[in-house]
Amino acid sequence: MSQHTDPDIRPMPEQIIYANILGMGAYLGILVMVVTYILYVTGIIGAHIELEMVVRNWHLNVQQFIQVTNAPRGWGWVALLGKGDYLNFLGMALLALLTIVCYLVLLPGFVRRKDWTYFGICVAEVVVLSLAASGIFGSGGH
Amino acid sequence: MRGFNFTLPPIAWATAGTLVSLTLLVFLMSDPAAAAGAAEGAAVAAMDTQPWWFWPLVLLVFCFVLGIIAVLAGVGGGVLYVPLVSGFFPFHLDFVRGAGLMVALAGALAAGPGLLRRNLASLRMALPMALIASASSIGGAVLGLHLSQLNPDILQICLGTTIVGIAVLLLMSKNSAIPDIKKQDALGMAFGIGGTYFDESMNQKVSWKTHRTPQALITFILIGILAGMFGLGAGWANVPVFNLMMGAPLKISVATSKFLLSITDTSAAWIYINQGCVIPLMAIPSIIGLMLGSFVGVRLLSIAKPKFIRYMVIVVLLFAGLKAIDKGLHIGLLG
Repeated sequence: MSQHTDPDIRPMPEQIIYANILGMGAYLGILVMVVTYILYVTGIIGAHIELEMVVRNWHLNVQQFIQVTNAPRGWGWVALLGKGDYLNFLGMALLALLTIVCYLVLLPGFVRRKDWTYFGICVAEVVVLSLAASGIFGSGGH
Repeated sequence: MRGFNFTLPPIAWATAGTLVSLTLLVFLMSDPAAAAGAAEGAAVAAMDTQPWWFWPLVLLVFCFVLGIIAVLAGVGGGVLYVPLVSGFFPFHLDFVRGAGLMVALAGALAAGPGLLRRNLASLRMALPMALIASASSIGGAVLGLHLSQLNPDILQICLGTTIVGIAVLLLMSKNSAIPDIKKQDALGMAFGIGGTYFDESMNQKVSWKTHRTPQALITFILIGILAGMFGLGAGWANVPVFNLMMGAPLKISVATSKFLLSITDTSAAWIYINQGCVIPLMAIPSIIGLMLGSFVGVRLLSIAKPKFIRYMVIVVLLFAGLKAIDKGLHIGLLG
């Protein structure tokens, strides 16, 4: 790792913070997924949609599946976190939110460098990812 | 197929054999009529007499092997996962694409930290491209879900055509380790794309810059749409664009591509999550299986013959792509 002391090669400090958050978050997300999945399939926490019902209907398209199983859309899963199947979304949502958090970490570094182009790119990316996460794009049903 | 070395180490044969065997096994276990008609509805429900844990368990093992193969072949998990699982498992393509994106996202997030710390993933190259690709992947995801609702056959045919195209791309593309870029373009210069990294294999610092930034930005619109529409991840496309079009060194291209996936797939993944296209019962064994397989694959990399595995993956992709087209056109030639 001696090459990292070379100023030409050393990444900017925010990049290291980005990497650290990404690393911790990814492993935490995967751990949460494994634990919640075990709680779900062992039946320790009851499910909103019974396992057999999922298996009987996973060949349907998503519209039909939602109709038959009364599955939630958008952020509706948050209200069902007490149920084993939707508790699983905690780990997946953590993974899908990580990048937004990491981008916010980059912003101060670009401000300090007065790098307004990349500051603007980061802000725009946070907006794009937040819009995607918000459920504005087509989660309201058809 | 020139240049094959048939004195392969046992691990290469074992890995190759396992993928082919598993694909065949899943193919035989799944009722072909049911798999072919996954989009057609109720007839399938009647056939699935397996206990609830059967398909998740098969998926876990299948994805574990897929994870090993993906690393050895130098492709992302998503590009193998979507065509193979949609072709041979009883899940609707909507859920396969949702799980495929989560698989690609988890893999990219896990690889990202190491690549960023070693300064191999270039933030300055990734961020502008990621903005374009992630915005496009939202459009791709929405378009894919709309097409799936309208007529899933169209989506199957498009997926099959894309997979066949990827197989041809993998077969034809010749990477360039360190392209020699004489003059950087104005946009690339304005973005400050370039840098220096330490190449351990050459034991020296390598400085690099890029060109053709506007062309790359336009290409990333298309890549984003395809990634979102089919839930494929897009490493197969990112690397050639960074390496061959922009002229970034291969190591920087591969690392930046992996990092870029963590951003592009995030936006598309949210669309699929919000639409209800992620079923934890099948998505989580896929993610865990592929990640465990990737860890094993990295360890096997030093003793395996990646070239052989790569050709084998190209053949499997061709088959999976043609099967998707066959399924979409209802020809029934491939089961």
